[in-house]
Amino acid sequence: MRLSSRQTRAIGFGALGVLSLAVLWEGYKLLGPAEGISIGETVLLPRTTELAMPHVWDSVARAFQPASSASDELVIVAVAQAAASTLGIAGVGMLLGAVVGVLLALLMQRFLLADRAVLPWLILSQTVPLIALAPLVVAWGGRLQLGPFEWERWMSVAVIASYLAFFPVAIGTLRGLRSPEQAHLDLFRAQGAGWWKTLRYLRLPAAVPHLLAALRLGTATAIIGTVVAEVSTGARGGIGRLIVEYAQSGSSDPAKAWAPIAGAVVLGLVAAGAVALAGLLLHNYRRAEAR
Amino acid sequence: MSAVEVEAVTKVFETRTDSVRALDEVSLTVADGEFVALIGPSGCGKSTLMRLIADLDEPSAGEVRVFGMPARQARLERAYGIAFQQAGLLPWRTVRANVELPLELHGASAAARRARADELVELVGLGDFADHHPDQLSGGMQQRVAIARSLAEHPRLLLMDEPFGALDEMTRERLQGELLRIRTETGAAVVFVTHSIPEAVFLADRVVVMSPRPGRITEIVDIDRPDASADPESMRESDAFFRSVTAVREALHGRDTAAERGATASGATAPEAAARGVETR
Repeated sequence: MRLSSRQTRAIGFGALGVLSLAVLWEGYKLLGPAEGISIGETVLLPRTTELAMPHVWDSVARAFQPASSASDELVIVAVAQAAASTLGIAGVGMLLGAVVGVLLALLMQRFLLADRAVLPWLILSQTVPLIALAPLVVAWGGRLQLGPFEWERWMSVAVIASYLAFFPVAIGTLRGLRSPEQAHLDLFRAQGAGWWKTLRYLRLPAAVPHLLAALRLGTATAIIGTVVAEVSTGARGGIGRLIVEYAQSGSSDPAKAWAPIAGAVVLGLVAAGAVALAGLLLHNYRRAEAR
Repeated sequence: MSAVEVEAVTKVFETRTDSVRALDEVSLTVADGEFVALIGPSGCGKSTLMRLIADLDEPSAGEVRVFGMPARQARLERAYGIAFQQAGLLPWRTVRANVELPLELHGASAAARRARADELVELVGLGDFADHHPDQLSGGMQQRVAIARSLAEHPRLLLMDEPFGALDEMTRERLQGELLRIRTETGAAVVFVTHSIPEAVFLADRVVVMSPRPGRITEIVDIDRPDASADPESMRESDAFFRSVTAVREALHGRDTAAERGATASGATAPEAAARGVETR
């Protein structure tokens, strides 16, 4: 595939962004005082010691060395495995959140009463701190047992991720379902189209741009939710756990701690990319967007 | 059987503070195959009247029948096709798919839809644009698609609410000519809302002149139409055309002077407001 000049430029700017971040990091490390800058007790700029800010190249090099002396698994491999696991759980959480979000939006669009009754609860739900929620979900899940089905720790994590992800999806989809103009609604009424056909042929297609924006937001929160939930539920195997583990070895091995953080960033980019891909496939429904 | 019968219809819009009488005991009959234009200044209820016929709103009192059926039943049985000032095309559908929409909503087979859509797209002169999307079309072309869509199910009645209102004068005259041709080919009755006197006179068999506050029919002007065999465009320069334009204008202006008197009495200051929105050129 040949790239257009616009695409080349976009890739160029992207690379430049990463590069300038590295330059900024190294520049501050070079010029900034070793003890950082603080006024009284408040630290304004961080310390620049090897411990606080390892060289970019050290961090990169560390990623290609074994994770611990006990095994010969490379840091980057461990991070990739953990990231894949987290991505899978976040995906399940996102899917669950999207289904719940869209269903709630449909309910609220269909029944004004539901809108008035549910919306305040939705907003309230997002004010509950995740840290408080995580142990509850784990505890409830632990009591679930349906025949051979057994609740596992990762399912709690997925539920917590979906709890964060459903909210932007519900709000965005509701907006989208309400976006058709009166002229379009009149047209469908004139055709004798009922709620279902108006939904199928008008409201859902019109909601696509809003839904995509909501999914973009939703996947980002699902990833964050998964990472935080991994930490707060103590689930193993994910990137959240790895961030904590590596940070604990930070005093002796500061360069290692940055690998899982970079992994989490890449994870977010992959998720955003997946949504962007979906947006490309649905481009016909986005013709009304400014181009 | 009449295409439309409106009997003593009143429509009151209630707002929080007061109520507006958009239509006051209006009666009107449109014969099958007849072209009736509704004209009048803003707020005279011409669009409201059309919306009542289409069952997009319900009358506060009185009765609307379409082909002998209550308006609601007529709507559900798709007795009419409808076009608005905004083309109202679905941006994610191609021209063809937009024309197919009514057929798709009512479960026509894909082959039948396609055949009918191709026929209609051809009829409105957009054969080369069937696979384009609305954002790739000019305003006039979009409006043609809307007209094609309104014709999709062979309606015996077309309801049009200022369909050419947003178009430039040249496009507008061309589409008026096309509408007359299409109407001759389909033989459908038309209720056409407009605020342009020449447009009303050029298109209609009868021009219904309305006045606001409350919305009433003040006069119905029969238009002297040229023979069906003559080129309809020649009408624009005929004496009969200008006579009819004058007749409609006087019907509107008669209302104007009445408004002036009423305005003086009630202390209002803008008699010309009654005729605002009417093009009298």
